[in-house]
Amino acid sequence: MSFNNLDTLYRQVIMDHYKKPRNKGVLEDGNLTIDMNNPTCGDRIRLTMKVEDQKVVDAKFEGEGCSISMSSASMMTQAIKGKDIETAVKLSKTFSEMIQGNEYDDTLDLGDIEALQGVSKFPARIKCATLAWKAMEKGLKE
Amino acid sequence: MNPYEIRKLFPILDQEVNDQPLVYLDSAATSQKPSAVIQSIEDYYRGYNSNVHRGVHTLGTKATDAYEGAREKARKFINASLMEEVIFTRGTTTSLNIVAKSYGGANLSEGDEIVISYMEHHSNIIPWQQIAKQTGAVLKYVPLQLDGTISIDDVKATITDATKIVSIMHVSNVLGVINPVKEIAQIAHSHGAIMVVDGAQSTPHLKVDVQDLDCDFFAFSGHKMVGPTGIGVLYGKKEHLEKMEPVEFGGEMIDFVGLYESTWKELPWKFEGGTPIIAGAIGLGAAIDFLTEIGLDNIEAHEHHLAAYALEKMAEIEGLMIYGPLDPMKRAGVITFNIADVHPHDLATVLDMDGIAIRAGHHCAQPLMKWLDVSATARASFYLYNTEEDIDKLVQGLVKTKEYFSNVL
Repeated sequence: MSFNNLDTLYRQVIMDHYKKPRNKGVLEDGNLTIDMNNPTCGDRIRLTMKVEDQKVVDAKFEGEGCSISMSSASMMTQAIKGKDIETAVKLSKTFSEMIQGNEYDDTLDLGDIEALQGVSKFPARIKCATLAWKAMEKGLKE
Repeated sequence: MNPYEIRKLFPILDQEVNDQPLVYLDSAATSQKPSAVIQSIEDYYRGYNSNVHRGVHTLGTKATDAYEGAREKARKFINASLMEEVIFTRGTTTSLNIVAKSYGGANLSEGDEIVISYMEHHSNIIPWQQIAKQTGAVLKYVPLQLDGTISIDDVKATITDATKIVSIMHVSNVLGVINPVKEIAQIAHSHGAIMVVDGAQSTPHLKVDVQDLDCDFFAFSGHKMVGPTGIGVLYGKKEHLEKMEPVEFGGEMIDFVGLYESTWKELPWKFEGGTPIIAGAIGLGAAIDFLTEIGLDNIEAHEHHLAAYALEKMAEIEGLMIYGPLDPMKRAGVITFNIADVHPHDLATVLDMDGIAIRAGHHCAQPLMKWLDVSATARASFYLYNTEEDIDKLVQGLVKTKEYFSNVL
């Protein structure tokens, strides 16, 4: 088995987020709740956010899914906390480009999220990685 | 039956995926196609492509003979008594939708019951949900036993005199269980209800006799039984089909067309509006020839053997959970499972790196997943071209996957 290929997908930081998800749960004082699922595979996420003055003050998620979808959700909540809506949406667009293997704006600090870059080599798994981000964008557009 | 000889007849199996020989264990999703089937479709398009049931030219006659010849093959394959009872459709989903819409729409009213089970595929749930909403009928579910089988006692307790339609899958695409549809049909009939059988997962793997089952409708798909996609069959007893209205209207299915009124062709054509799926039907005919020559009894025995072999080998893997009955005689060649701490998508990706194709997800059976209390599972399914060697590779892959994730997690 070509474990080397797998290592580009299952980076340590991804598995760390999978095992110890950050911001797991439901925000008691959130003002946005978004439920989203991936109908082809059964992954689901509930994202709660507290948005005040065009800023994401807090975000939490709960759901069920594979290591890629759950770690991506964990990283996403970490990344958008404290960001204004515009920056959060911009992050999401950049993430979307990166995950599809396209050129992306590398002036933004993606932090842990960059570890998901390897997903672009596994087309069948791109949808796993984008689920939480789609939920976030949907919520912020409302 | 020698699966190594049979493999050679399926050109797609002779390839490498991710630098490893392909091990195809996803036949319950769709089966691979032998050269004979591919050739039959090519022959039609290259040699006698023409529309059917119209025109007097030679190619038209050839195409019509081949299309109707395929219907006769399908009739024999499921032992229907009349060719009028064999309708070509796009597949099992379309077949079940026709029954729900046409038969259900005309025969259901408020308070009537439709009975299905917890293990049904979405295609045998949603058409009934929709017609129940439209007619005010009530949708009821037969519960499952702990091992995922259906008990006749539960069937008797669920079906009542208010039940008008019972629709159950013959073989489960998730649990692999073979359901006692013949007994269920008897119970349905004793209450004056009709019996519909979703045969998508049974026709590829075991001998089906619709007269022996005494079902009122039977639906199946070509692509799961070495035939092409986009073709399937709806069998129905003539007494029902005669009274039913078509669900699609247009060319091909008409008798006389007036400005404000029209009449329909005879059975089975009144249900085949538009230019039919000619190449698909011809391909299905070739698939039936192929399976018949090998023998459904041989295929079924081979799959029981593979299921027994796989169940035994997989049981040795610590932390591996198998869903459904563990008795191989109670199931077809479908094994659904999970490995502790490894999500099925992750599992499927790791196996794919080894050239092994399995399915991961909810298998179009969300109510069943809920009953099993899982969000997703992995599924390996076997067919006539699979070997013990394929299962050995799967088991090795599973062990390696477990090791890989215990290292990275």
